[in-house]
Amino acid sequence: MKTFEFIRPANPAAAVANAVQAKTAQQGAEVRFLAGGTTLLDLMKLNVETPAQLLDINRLPFDKIESTPDGGLKIGATVRNSDLAHHPVVKRDYPVLSQAILAGASAQLRNMATTAGNLLQRTRCMYFRDTAMPCNKREPGTGCPAIMGSNHSLAVLGTSEHCIATNPSDMCVAMAALEATIHVQGSKDARVIPMGDFHILPGNTPHRETVLEPGDLITHVTLPLPVAGSKQYYLKLRDRASYEFALASAAVVITIAGGKVTRARIALGGVGTKPWRSPEAEAALVDQAPDEANFRKAAEAALRDAKPQSENGFKIELAKRCLTHALRIAATA
Amino acid sequence: MPEDPQSSPPNPTRRSFLRSTGETATAAVMAVWAPATSSNAAELSASPTAIVDPSSIPGTVQLTLRINGQDHQLHVDPRTTLLDCIRETVALTGTKKGCDHGQCGACTVHVNGKRVNSCLSLALMHDGNEITTIEGLGTPDALHPMQAAFLACDGYQCGYCTSGQIMSAVALLKEPCGPNEADVKELMSGNICRCGAYTNIVAAIRKVRKNT
Repeated sequence: MKTFEFIRPANPAAAVANAVQAKTAQQGAEVRFLAGGTTLLDLMKLNVETPAQLLDINRLPFDKIESTPDGGLKIGATVRNSDLAHHPVVKRDYPVLSQAILAGASAQLRNMATTAGNLLQRTRCMYFRDTAMPCNKREPGTGCPAIMGSNHSLAVLGTSEHCIATNPSDMCVAMAALEATIHVQGSKDARVIPMGDFHILPGNTPHRETVLEPGDLITHVTLPLPVAGSKQYYLKLRDRASYEFALASAAVVITIAGGKVTRARIALGGVGTKPWRSPEAEAALVDQAPDEANFRKAAEAALRDAKPQSENGFKIELAKRCLTHALRIAATA
Repeated sequence: MPEDPQSSPPNPTRRSFLRSTGETATAAVMAVWAPATSSNAAELSASPTAIVDPSSIPGTVQLTLRINGQDHQLHVDPRTTLLDCIRETVALTGTKKGCDHGQCGACTVHVNGKRVNSCLSLALMHDGNEITTIEGLGTPDALHPMQAAFLACDGYQCGYCTSGQIMSAVALLKEPCGPNEADVKELMSGNICRCGAYTNIVAAIRKVRKNT
């Protein structure tokens, strides 16, 4: 691990002022905020992340979960994943978020990991994590050995010829389906970023994963007013029964009335280079009867543009069945 | 850790060297091992002693860690994980290093009562926190009920994952956990056992849950 200066900023403004001096907030950042550390320290031990300064934000006032005036929920950046998953309002009004978080990692990791950290979780691609390997995300222009290499767990949606790395987060998939908003304190102002706009497709700049700029500090995430009567479910499929990343997962939030789906929000995990909200699946569901055939049609729509790699073509059918299954479980709950 | 330089050979173990340089004792006197070369053979014949003030080692940072109810004044490299600090600097070796990447759970300790992977946390993050290791859970004469249950149920073979399993299991008792064995297994999934003692580990936890 490269050595670093460990700083504990006294307040958010100091944290931002320190971080804004970095050249980038993306891969290669010289300054990193440190919350739970479960992604950052993992990658620092591999020398994939080599910040010269760590800013410990654990003692900043971002650890609360509170209702918002409009009836939604405000989740602080450093709220632990376990506290978020077990919060009574989350379990009652946003159960897909609780289920998604509890499907991920281990109890120990969930006790350390934070809301903001989980939004910034990095890919598990073995080439990215190995500095002996070329990797366009880690070192732009060096190539993507995952394409035609070992890509069993990598993406089929949102890929480019430069990068096929999957986004591994479960929490993010639920937040995409719940249409979360991310609140950022930057060096110039505070701004809001819709969940769908936060993560960037790799394209030809896979080293850029989010829209964050140097100095941008996530302060909290808000969830909108819960949809009355919505049925929610998170289904995660993987090789092991627990403690493993998704091969495919689905977060569904649907409302059924008068024998029809009146509202649908669908997001997929394990298959996309970013948390994969699917307006295609949503459009295929609305005004349709909540039956198996229509669920399958929605799943087909969601994966229509999926591109298999040499070892992960199975994910396309797996993701379709995952979404179909999740819709059925939600609808019949 | 004071050592009599006259009685001990100038060849400390790595662990005792790290421990001496980590802890500030009021009179930190230690024997420093010097490689034998012809140029300093004459110096070696007189027992070499040196006073190494840990705070003078460049790059180290001061830190107070409260472990098992006791405060430790330390100077550590900022990169020191909580795990390495516990094991190497403070010499509490009951906590084990399995993977060093948060994937096995052998390093599980409690921070403010919550179980965490100490390998994925920096020591520097934890001043002011209450850290509990396996040594702080019970003693041979006063075992924690979970330790007693692991013994009664034969919940280990080689023992390497065991301290992490026990720390996890104890924390689980205070977490929201469903009543079934499947619920326990799910919540214990962050602790891996290469020997495969899982059945008996779950039995030990079941035993304690039934009695609590």
